[in-house]
Amino acid sequence: MNIKLKIWRQPNAKSKGRFETYSLTDVSSDMSFLEMLDYLNNNLIREGKEPVAFEHDCREGICGSCGIYINGRAHGPQHRTTTCELRMREFKDGNTITVEPWRAAAFPVIKDLIVDRSPLDKIMQSGGFVTINAGAAQDANSILVNKKNADEAFDSASCIGCGACVAACKNSSAMLFIASKITHLAQFPQGQVETHQRVKAMVAKMDELGFGGCTNTRACEAECPKGISISNIAKLNREFFVAKLKE
Amino acid sequence: MNKLNSKIPEGPLADKWTKHKASLKLINPANKAKLDVIVVGTGLAGSSSASTLGELGYNVKVFCYQDSPRRAHSVAAQGGINAAKNYKNDNDSVYRLFYDMIKGGDFRAREANVYRAAEVSNLVIDHYTALGVPFARDYGGTIDNRSFGGVQVSRTFYAKGQTGQQCLIGAYSALTRQIEAGTVTMYPRREMLDLVIVDGKARGIITRNLVTGEIERHSAHAVVLATGGYGTIYYLSTLALNSNASAAWKAHKKGALFANPSFVQIHPTSIPVMNSYQSKLTLMSESLRNDGRVWVPKQAKDPRKPNDIPEEERDYYLERRYPAFGNLVPRDVASRAAKERCDAGFGVGSTGLSVYLDFRDAIKKKGKKAIENSYGNLFDMYEKISGESPYETPMRIYPAGHYTMGGLWVDYNLMTTIPGLFAVGEANFSDHGANRLGASSLMQCSGDGYFILPYTITDYLADDIKTPRIQTTIPEFERTEKEVKERIDKLLGINGQETATSFHKRLGKIMWDYCGMVRNEEGLKKALVMIKELEEEFWKNLKVTGTGDELNQELEKAGRVADFFELSKLLCIDALNRKESCGAHFREESQTETGEAKRDDENFSFVAAWEYKGEGQEPELHKEELKFEFVKLAERSYK
Ligand SMILES: Cc1cc2nc3c(=O)[nH]c(=O)nc-3n(C[C@H](O)[C@H](O)[C@H](O)COP(=O)(O)OP(=O)(O)OC[C@H]3O[C@@H](n4cnc5c(N)ncnc54)[C@H](O)[C@@H]3O)c2cc1C
Ligand code: SF4
Ligand code: FES
Repeated sequence: MNIKLKIWRQPNAKSKGRFETYSLTDVSSDMSFLEMLDYLNNNLIREGKEPVAFEHDCREGICGSCGIYINGRAHGPQHRTTTCELRMREFKDGNTITVEPWRAAAFPVIKDLIVDRSPLDKIMQSGGFVTINAGAAQDANSILVNKKNADEAFDSASCIGCGACVAACKNSSAMLFIASKITHLAQFPQGQVETHQRVKAMVAKMDELGFGGCTNTRACEAECPKGISISNIAKLNREFFVAKLKE
Repeated sequence: MNKLNSKIPEGPLADKWTKHKASLKLINPANKAKLDVIVVGTGLAGSSSASTLGELGYNVKVFCYQDSPRRAHSVAAQGGINAAKNYKNDNDSVYRLFYDMIKGGDFRAREANVYRAAEVSNLVIDHYTALGVPFARDYGGTIDNRSFGGVQVSRTFYAKGQTGQQCLIGAYSALTRQIEAGTVTMYPRREMLDLVIVDGKARGIITRNLVTGEIERHSAHAVVLATGGYGTIYYLSTLALNSNASAAWKAHKKGALFANPSFVQIHPTSIPVMNSYQSKLTLMSESLRNDGRVWVPKQAKDPRKPNDIPEEERDYYLERRYPAFGNLVPRDVASRAAKERCDAGFGVGSTGLSVYLDFRDAIKKKGKKAIENSYGNLFDMYEKISGESPYETPMRIYPAGHYTMGGLWVDYNLMTTIPGLFAVGEANFSDHGANRLGASSLMQCSGDGYFILPYTITDYLADDIKTPRIQTTIPEFERTEKEVKERIDKLLGINGQETATSFHKRLGKIMWDYCGMVRNEEGLKKALVMIKELEEEFWKNLKVTGTGDELNQELEKAGRVADFFELSKLLCIDALNRKESCGAHFREESQTETGEAKRDDENFSFVAAWEYKGEGQEPELHKEELKFEFVKLAERSYK
């Protein structure tokens, strides 16, 4: 099929970006979205032009590297799908596709479609862990965990840190990301020990780093490729409330 | 002179590590804080090493090329992580795990290392659980295990099909705690481009800041490489696209011997190539073979749809050839059998390069719901990619490059032949012989980083407590930095027509055709000629856009592909040299009458460790004889 692409081009963080339009012929519907961009880049390089920079690695929906805003939606039109898993069969011959980086004050553009998501790592550093050194653990089965809690922990911990929730949110809030972490660790006895410190530290860090607050628009949940549920945020709020009460 | 001293401790197998640990030197906490350690890589091996060294009080600098340590390729592991807990009471033990790995590796690994990997496996599970890794559990709250990779016990810990993601989040969280505590400094978006040697010891690295292009110098008292495997040498593989061999290769060129480079595992069940732009082969977990039946039509190039082919016209070739193990034969055997059928013209799909993995009978027997519970997410993944539902149409699968057993040669202390340079995880060669068993890599990576390296590197550093911080202004850093810059300029200056990716694809095809699942002397020799020709063309006709002073993904790729050219020659040389078949290495000249791999223990029971002798020179082979004191060498039969 033939498509038109409107792609955000920005040489570096300091320069101003703008949209450029490209036409691509002979796009196969089996291609992944990123393979379509590979194809475009291959053409551009042969013409002596700068290829479009975009982030990717695993190309199977698990590393969280790829994050592109496609036709106004984080990771494009397909539900629960990362950009790398998206296939061109989701588009039609003759379509114009708008391709942009994540837009959020906390995620400045580095180049073209690549943004700086390191604030998510900084939030993790502020408390997204259980304090234990290697060698100090007891036998794994001495900590019993209800299967339901273990399954919930799994669901929350399947967050791949892609930042789509931030990109989709009109307030650029990282609440779903943090909530997934709080909920994950709160399911375990050893994780509960630090829950209150953790929730306060992580929320404070989020505010400090320029992410917005949560106003319950649920856009994050709708665009999260891993289906992280908004109920995680309710849990976070509960933990946060209790933590504040105990102060 | 024999360069290889494996330093395997004397004594009974089960006591070696305990005795050895007791002999290792210690360093007091105040002195640890004066010692710098560089860790390159943040997968399970790198994250575990870095966080643990930080906890112990060393000054750690850790590097990765992704934007965040959490994205290292370990994140993609699906099936699970082994340990000898015997939670299922099925009479598992450290010894059995050890034996399965030694046998699975076709008796080409060191007994002592493998035993130790099995020994520390239980500690790994305890630690991950404490960190909050949500392993699957039973209703009573204890941890569940499953059988994986055709072994007879259930010793695999898993978190649905996401074991790598869930473990890496645990390992990464511990790493972030040390970053916050200030013991570890994280350098993301950095690519190590060379190793700096001072007075014969590894003392630092040169990196490129992938955002600004700046070339940076980093010094330390010791360097740890946890840079993963090089399966992307085939271009198409199950690995993350940016995985590469450069760090290990640079270390090799600086004096670290490279062991068994041609031992590459080809995984039998990946989604096949569908179009010429394909960039990646997605793995479909091995567990599918528990319920799926592998077949091809009995008639070559049968044009019918799979569901229209009647039972008696289907060839369930694994069940036919291996009645005892059937569809559950080990990876290398299943891969070769698929290739054999496709080469003989019985392959399916538009390319003829795939076979069916059919769930029809399992769905009939167990019900759709049960199959969905076990494999739902894999079926969805398959459908997203292929557009076909495995509930209705058989999956199509084909083998793909997956894991490199070969890697930097290390002694029992995980140190390479360069003093002060250590290698952990998939980057080293030590534990999987000629074939890796499922779920044993995550186990080895984590064991190396949490419970082995921290002890052995301390022993090495104990002699360095009086060495002040290494200055990066010394001539050795200057010289290495200059070499790195010259190479970047060279790549940028070619100004030809072809992209790095197109060269990578062509190189990958040569490697896949001649140094992949099946190898022979003629093909390997031909490949060597073809690689040299293509490499020459690369250095004449490569096109890299942009400059070195900016984020430049084409430049990154070009450097990696240039190293792949050099490494691929070593793979072929190693494969040529090993005139036996063992594990994943199948030499056509060495097979039984029924087409099975034929090992030659008399002549090839050694680790082939290669020394770099300079550009254009033949590498020199050093042999580490493998002594089997505790197990009896046996034929691997799955009939
Ligand atoms: C699809 C798939 C599924 C798998 N499933 C399983 C499984 O179920 N069980 C199992 O046991 N094994 C599995 N494996 C194998 C296992 O995942 C890997 O062997 C293992 O994760 C390797 O870990 P590592 O820490 O050694 O390296 P990696 O996780 O590959 O990490 C390498 C690190 O090194 C860094 N790096 C590399 N080069 C440089 C450089 N030059 N400069 C700076 N940084 C650099 C990278 O940034 C990265 O952080 C699977 C493999 C694949 C491909
Ligand atoms: S919560 Fe979802 S959208 Fe947000 S970072 Fe995690 S996976 Fe991405
Ligand atoms: S590239 Fe890894 S999630 Fe898309």
